[in-house]
Amino acid sequence: MSFDRIQEKLSILADAAKYDVSCASSGGKRANQNKGLGNNTGMGICHSYTEDGRCVSLLKILLTNHCIYDCAYCVTRKSNDIKRAAFKIQEVVDLTINFYRRNYIEGLFLSSGIFKNADYTMERLINVAKKLRLEENFNGYIHLKSIPGASDELMREAGLYADRLSVNIEIPTVSGLKLLAPDKKHEDFIKPMEKVKNEIIQYKTERKIIKSTPRYAPAGQSTQMIIGATGESDRDIMYSATYYYKTFNMRRVYYSGYVPVLADNRLPSLGTEVPILRENRLYQTDWLLRFYGFSINEILNDSHKNLDLDIDPKLGWALRNMHLFPIDVNAADKRMLARVPGIGMQSVYKIMQARKFRNLDWSHLKAIGIALNRAQYFITCNSKDFYKKELSPITLKSKILKRSNSKYKKYFDNQLSLFS
Amino acid sequence: MNPQTILLYDGTFDGFLCCVFIAYEQKILDPIIRKESQTNNQLFTITEQVITQKEKAERVWAGFKEKTDPTEQKNFFKAFLSEIKGVENTLLNYIRSVFVNQVNKKNIDFSNKDILKISQVARMVGREKHRIEAFVRFQLIKDDLYVATIAPDFNVLPLIIHHFQDRYADQKWLIFDIVRKYGIYYDLNSVEIITFEDLTGINTKILKNSYSDQETDFQKLWSIYYKNVNIKSRKNKKLHLQHLPKRYWKYLTEKNAI
Repeated sequence: MSFDRIQEKLSILADAAKYDVSCASSGGKRANQNKGLGNNTGMGICHSYTEDGRCVSLLKILLTNHCIYDCAYCVTRKSNDIKRAAFKIQEVVDLTINFYRRNYIEGLFLSSGIFKNADYTMERLINVAKKLRLEENFNGYIHLKSIPGASDELMREAGLYADRLSVNIEIPTVSGLKLLAPDKKHEDFIKPMEKVKNEIIQYKTERKIIKSTPRYAPAGQSTQMIIGATGESDRDIMYSATYYYKTFNMRRVYYSGYVPVLADNRLPSLGTEVPILRENRLYQTDWLLRFYGFSINEILNDSHKNLDLDIDPKLGWALRNMHLFPIDVNAADKRMLARVPGIGMQSVYKIMQARKFRNLDWSHLKAIGIALNRAQYFITCNSKDFYKKELSPITLKSKILKRSNSKYKKYFDNQLSLFS
Repeated sequence: MNPQTILLYDGTFDGFLCCVFIAYEQKILDPIIRKESQTNNQLFTITEQVITQKEKAERVWAGFKEKTDPTEQKNFFKAFLSEIKGVENTLLNYIRSVFVNQVNKKNIDFSNKDILKISQVARMVGREKHRIEAFVRFQLIKDDLYVATIAPDFNVLPLIIHHFQDRYADQKWLIFDIVRKYGIYYDLNSVEIITFEDLTGINTKILKNSYSDQETDFQKLWSIYYKNVNIKSRKNKKLHLQHLPKRYWKYLTEKNAI
């Protein structure tokens, strides 16, 4: 291959793919067969990190950035005057294999601008995956983008070679989509998701009966929403996310703070700061919903449409539900322990184990590693010494904030002075 | 006052288990277990050289296995590999508290300070193992051999053999620990431990003139890729360094662009 030309293509097509935040390489579980190349243990590995602190786990590129669509939020939109390039199928295969052999990556994440039509594009993506699996005996991770509008036939084939499939919904609401991507239809996004979900269920059932049934997209599917491009509230976003988790058995919904790349009067102006903090709070909420047993209406509802930016959503919930606290760590059930601000699931596990041996006191809790600066106001333990004063939520909040060292503190110093 | 006993062993895991055996057999209450390579400068101590015997080691390990679950056993070994000064004694205390207890495979007493300490140290070692699995960068040299050098904080080579053997089953590779001066080498059939007798003075960087034909090109491509996936408007130096501490940069092709 001609390395100079490849270098240029790589820089264009990696640059265009980077706004897709998914980098997961976990959940695949693919063994190395017949002394081939690569495996996927189910645990992802981040092989490097960019200067913005995001992990680099996969070779994340577009097959091409030629596109027939003109979506306002997208760098590769038709009307944008940028350099265009396209990889040949074999070039992507060679890059993947050679990067993988040097332990740079866990696998490939291949997406594409849409050229000609959805099926034509999807077919090419599948060909890359097929070649990697069948010709190179490659067992590393492959994530393919499902192209909105691709036929059921192709979506079925894609899942046989890929570990994960994803369609990015990008705009959390139907009305937002209409505004920013007028040529795309909401149904076109839903259709491949529906198909993939059904195939996964079907293959799983068949596998229970016939062991040799091939696996279909073992790492499931995911989607992504852009945050802060249109005026959605956190409630809108999280209700959408919950809908996708429930309806399509999504493994992950990603939230991507909008990076202003284009001047367009429908979008925040260039130079607007990326809403990184808001994005972080949304991820925290996502975690609370998936791992901590919270339901969405406890955190976001009609009277509470947006998350607090200055405190995490669990603390926010606890401050609105002071009547449930304090709880006794030596007696409380798992569900309640997980709801205490400053106690994570690791600590919940350790507390549950340790308290079978003795009643825990503050020193035990500290050694186990819970964040007492928050937790102390919400728990009692084997000690007479605990926080007894009745505090209003607002005083408690400012008390906690004053003592904490949040990395986001600089944003809120002005507001804090109002309370002290 | 009885002088304290120091048990010296050869640095192997079996050797350490023999020290545990001796401590029980001779009813030594408070021994200090130490590698023979670490010099002793304490007064009023009795030093005893422990000879590694496979049977003794196996007896201790069998007893330990009976009362613990596989995760605890793995953690125990990981904590040993940390080579943190004095970890042997924490491990001895841990083993003692395991042996006095009734068989209880269900719960782990995280309120016992030795048990908690071991689980924390094992976590540190586990993290280092994971990082090395991530940050190893193979360079293809002539003779179709993929070579990487590492200098990990803990002795993690024994822990990463499986990972690399499963993954790179169709290529020859060598990972060399330049701190501990030994490496693991896969010859397409099995993994062997190799040592180079005299490594002092040898340049630990892999020489460019031993590279295979396209090696430099792929390193360059990787650096270009790395540069282009960065989003400048999201720059976050602190997070970057938290995930990718500077001491690992020396391995990374993308941080040493050619």
